[in-house]
Amino acid sequence: MARVSNKVALVTGGAKGIGEACALLLAKEGAKVVVSDLDIAAGEKVVKAIKAAGGEAIFIQQDVTDEASWPTAIAATVERFGALHVLVNNAGIAIPGSAVDATLADWRKTMAVNLDAVFLGTKYAIPVMTGKNGSIINIASIEGIVADPNLAAYNASKGGVRIFTKSAALHCGKNGLKVRVNSVHPGYIWTPMVEDFLKSIGDVAEGRAGLDSLHPIGHVGDVMDVAYGVLYLASDESKFVTGSELVIDGGYTAQ
Amino acid sequence: MSNPFRLDGKVALVSGGARGIGAAVAEALAASGAAVLVTDVLDAVGEATVARIRAAGGKAEYFHHDVTVEAQWEQAVAAAVAKLGGLHVLVNNAGIETAALITQCEVDDFKRVMEVNVTGVFLGMKHALRVMKPGASVINLSSVAGIIGTTAHVAYHASKGAVRLMTKAAAIECAALGTGIRVNSIHPGVVDTQMGTNFVQDFVKLGLAPDYAAAEAAIKGLHPMGFGEPSDVANAVIYLASDATKWMNGSELVIDGGLTAQ
Repeated sequence: MARVSNKVALVTGGAKGIGEACALLLAKEGAKVVVSDLDIAAGEKVVKAIKAAGGEAIFIQQDVTDEASWPTAIAATVERFGALHVLVNNAGIAIPGSAVDATLADWRKTMAVNLDAVFLGTKYAIPVMTGKNGSIINIASIEGIVADPNLAAYNASKGGVRIFTKSAALHCGKNGLKVRVNSVHPGYIWTPMVEDFLKSIGDVAEGRAGLDSLHPIGHVGDVMDVAYGVLYLASDESKFVTGSELVIDGGYTAQ
Repeated sequence: MSNPFRLDGKVALVSGGARGIGAAVAEALAASGAAVLVTDVLDAVGEATVARIRAAGGKAEYFHHDVTVEAQWEQAVAAAVAKLGGLHVLVNNAGIETAALITQCEVDDFKRVMEVNVTGVFLGMKHALRVMKPGASVINLSSVAGIIGTTAHVAYHASKGAVRLMTKAAAIECAALGTGIRVNSIHPGVVDTQMGTNFVQDFVKLGLAPDYAAAEAAIKGLHPMGFGEPSDVANAVIYLASDATKWMNGSELVIDGGLTAQ
């Protein structure tokens, strides 16, 4: 039985990593999916894979930091699939840097992608989802709950996503909009973003072993661990869940 | 790829499974393919829950079980293994509350709540973890009361806060020992059950609200999306019981319609 049949989902950063896994799983479980990303080739590849598996999907090239891109992306979604029920604000970047070393340019770039875009997506999706059991899922991080000395901007942006999510959830809940807003907080997941991050600070294999050891379960997560959480929050099975933080981290923040 | 949310071949034990959230959890686990040992002290109600599961085509057994008695935990776990073939999912759901202002709370009432809600969960983990194998999942029912405070429920808050952190301690210990067993907690807001109704009535009894309607309106007003339903919790238990959450350990799943977000 498909868990999100008759729903339409938009996944930002849907071309790679966690976003790709979310797009594929939501489509497999019956949703019509809009894959949004800057990377046209990788995004089209995800759409092709969804269609090959018998699902429905389109690709939209979108710079999520550009406010004008949001009404356009949502209009294209509604035009093609008739509605929007699920928004996965997944697009994100990580630039290493401590509170002293981080440049203002890196800080602003991080905030633009990780926080401005989540605000914009939520702002433009809620009116379209109102009354339709909508679900907005903001991909934050354990780095929005605990900090890392070398992730100053990333920490700030993900902490922002965490509490912005609760504000939006309360707005929707208290006004009876029938839209839920939740955040997901993965530990380190093996994705191109994490691999690139490790490359930028040293040896990848050594870095991975170091990350594995941070998680009590003994290893980093895989993209499906997050995708299943997104599926739970996207489906009506979580209809009483709003303003919550779904932590999927192999025990990282429990210690 | 098989559906990771299915629980075919797994055996689950649900304490306090006779009614309310526990019954909804037991029925949902069975509907997802698990064989379920429903345990409770309410034998007739528990047997009726088992009968409903069987009528729906599911597999279930009933076991009389006072969660505060260690020997009965040993027997319950042994019964799951002997009658149903193992133990893969433990739902520590049995719980009670007592309503009283701190200055009026009888120590025996306080201790009774701690005994059922805290010692019961500890004993369940102690004996289930002895037989569980990699891939097993322990799900402890805490509450939003384990995160925030309210008036006139000091024992309940103390107990549910303890469940919240016992869960994390168990999760870290299980991981450190390489058991492959996960331990997580669920934190519902007020759910429409007999216990939810009692919770509202207590406010009237204690003179904190003039009547039931006023108490209900006040408590509902704290929940941006109203009260929850037992199925809301049951759906979360299925998620945590399943292999879809193989990397979730020590997490708190809050299901409260936004209550604690504010």
